[in-house]
Amino acid sequence: MKRGSKKPAKVSRAASSFEWDLRLYVAGPTLKSLAALRNLEQICEQHLAGHYQIKVIDLMKNPHLAQGDQIVAVPTLVRKTPSPVRRIIGNLADIGRVLESLDLQPHNFNGQY
Amino acid sequence: MRFLHPGKSFSVELLIYLSNFMTTTISKLKLKPLQKSPTGIRGLDEITGGGLPTGRPTLICGGTGCGKTMLAMEFLVHGAQAFGEAGVFMAFEETAEEITQNVVALGFDLKALIARKLLRLDYVHIDRSEFEETGEYNLEGLFIRLGYAIDSINAKRVVLDTVEGLFAGLPNQAVVRAELRRLFRWLKEKNVTVIMTGERGDGMLTRYGLEEYVSDCVITLDHRVVDQVTTRRMRIVKYRGTTHGTNEYPFLIDADGISVWPVTSVQLEHQASNERIPSGIDRLDTMLGGQGYYRGSSILLSGMAGTGKTSVAATFANATCRRGGRSLFFSFEESPSQLMRNMSSIGLDLQQWVKKGSLHFQTVRPFYHGLEMHLARTIKLITEFAPDVVIVDPISGLETTGNALEVKAALMRLMDFLKMKGITALLTDLTRAGNAVDRSNSDISSLVDTWLVVRDIELNGERNRGLHVLKSRGMAHSNQVREFFMSDNGVQLKDVYIGPNGMLTGSARMAEEARERAQQVSRHEELERQQLSLERKRIIIEAQIAALRAEFGVEEATTQRLITQEKQHSASLALAEAEMGRNRQRDVVKEKGTLALKNERKGGKA
Repeated sequence: MKRGSKKPAKVSRAASSFEWDLRLYVAGPTLKSLAALRNLEQICEQHLAGHYQIKVIDLMKNPHLAQGDQIVAVPTLVRKTPSPVRRIIGNLADIGRVLESLDLQPHNFNGQY
Repeated sequence: MRFLHPGKSFSVELLIYLSNFMTTTISKLKLKPLQKSPTGIRGLDEITGGGLPTGRPTLICGGTGCGKTMLAMEFLVHGAQAFGEAGVFMAFEETAEEITQNVVALGFDLKALIARKLLRLDYVHIDRSEFEETGEYNLEGLFIRLGYAIDSINAKRVVLDTVEGLFAGLPNQAVVRAELRRLFRWLKEKNVTVIMTGERGDGMLTRYGLEEYVSDCVITLDHRVVDQVTTRRMRIVKYRGTTHGTNEYPFLIDADGISVWPVTSVQLEHQASNERIPSGIDRLDTMLGGQGYYRGSSILLSGMAGTGKTSVAATFANATCRRGGRSLFFSFEESPSQLMRNMSSIGLDLQQWVKKGSLHFQTVRPFYHGLEMHLARTIKLITEFAPDVVIVDPISGLETTGNALEVKAALMRLMDFLKMKGITALLTDLTRAGNAVDRSNSDISSLVDTWLVVRDIELNGERNRGLHVLKSRGMAHSNQVREFFMSDNGVQLKDVYIGPNGMLTGSARMAEEARERAQQVSRHEELERQQLSLERKRIIIEAQIAALRAEFGVEEATTQRLITQEKQHSASLALAEAEMGRNRQRDVVKEKGTLALKNERKGGKA
């Protein structure tokens, strides 16, 4: 379904060149999934422009991927890099919490991590 | 009730079903009363009447370390190995490696099962510190994981160990509760048999109230410590749509995994055997109607310390093995080697039977496990060993494990079990000093069929043993006390001395016998003496008679001689008178006779 198709340019860049490797696990095109992706893209554009890639993984299509990243709840955002690995569950509506969890405090962020 | 007699009521069920729902599909018509999935765990299938409800969730709850995970794992492994049903184990607390390692001791090779697509382990790692909640979510990820695992191996069995990890790991409990409800509905739709484990809560079956999601079958496991001894117990709290055992059943976890030993039967339905089984002591057999005990009966042998109970018991075991039978000897006071050494002193070679495998000693002190556990172990061992004779030496050893009532109940169950199996049981019981010999400590005298009492007979500073049959159901038995010996040739019984001085045993018996012998001898001598004296009297009297006769003879002879002399004298006198007359030419007197008589009278006087 979504697979980050709204912003194909950002997603399609070579993985190795981005410091921020984010994966969003969803289960089908639910309202929660769509909201989560929208919120994530908004945050990334605002704070990590050009330094991130988002990979949307639909567990409905690829159920075998759930075990590897220890997915229980959906949507779950997994920050693969920079380490440590972070897991954020929910539709990412609480942007302040998301930023905190991702170590993206808005006040002193200068675009480079 | 309708599930109790599936065959009988099924057609009725079907009619009602058809009349009410004419539009029912064919698949729905195939509904059966209640299908059960066997767990393969010994005893559990018995008390659940066949296993856990197929296609429904079962809650296994209990405290830490009570065996929940193991029971769940066995359900899967047995399902895969014995019943061809693949299973998914979803762990929330232990990793797949840990779980695999944990069950190696039971001989379960999970890796092989996984390779054969009969098992799938999925470790769900939920750590609250790693989760940040930033909005709405659900647990669809878990559903997908589980669904994927089930579909990938076509699993019929699922274990969730334990979903409480979700409550601990996820901040929003309302979401978890709602999702769990959905999860169990979904699992029912997938028609998998589920075991969900749950930690015991305070005043509740489980800490997070999991029981509200599972309405079909709830089993509690318990690991209770009473008097520093732990006993594992299992109880089926609820099993919808079926009858089940309602008691608490002790269960074991050992090298063979979990086994439940439901030994609470209260029915007396065993078949009584007419076959007899010798006791190994010839005189005892003759006391018991000449043939020994009944096969399958229970024999109580009670007595004070040191009265030879163990020897009688070992003799019985030895005799059984010699006839080619199997004996199981529970010894709570002596180690096998000590027992064998001691018994060799009375000429019993038990070693040979142990080597042959027909005799087995079990020498675990009962308080090590607790009464229930001990009983369960005992019954497990009896089932495995299949003996003809079981010896428990002594049952007083069980009293260390519980109160009298519990011990009696346990013994009753053990004896019922043995009788059902047709196993002859010899139980020894130590009578405490001060107690009457005809009172067994455990009050099981009414339960036994044959009761032998070995007792001390103390007399003249000496202790001896006597044995008698206090009761023996269904056979003519001797009412006499026998003296009981232990010699190089084993246990022997002898008649006791019964005389005017009462019953005597030991050296008193021997002394009394000697005295009696001496008395007999002296009586005999007296008789001889009297005979002799009579003889002497006879001789004396005969001598006296001879003397008198001799005296008489002398007198007679003298008298005869006098008479003769007198006659001669008279004759010569007459001759001389006649001569004189001739000389004087005297005339002849006519009356010759008168004159002659006068002359004779004269002569006689001279």
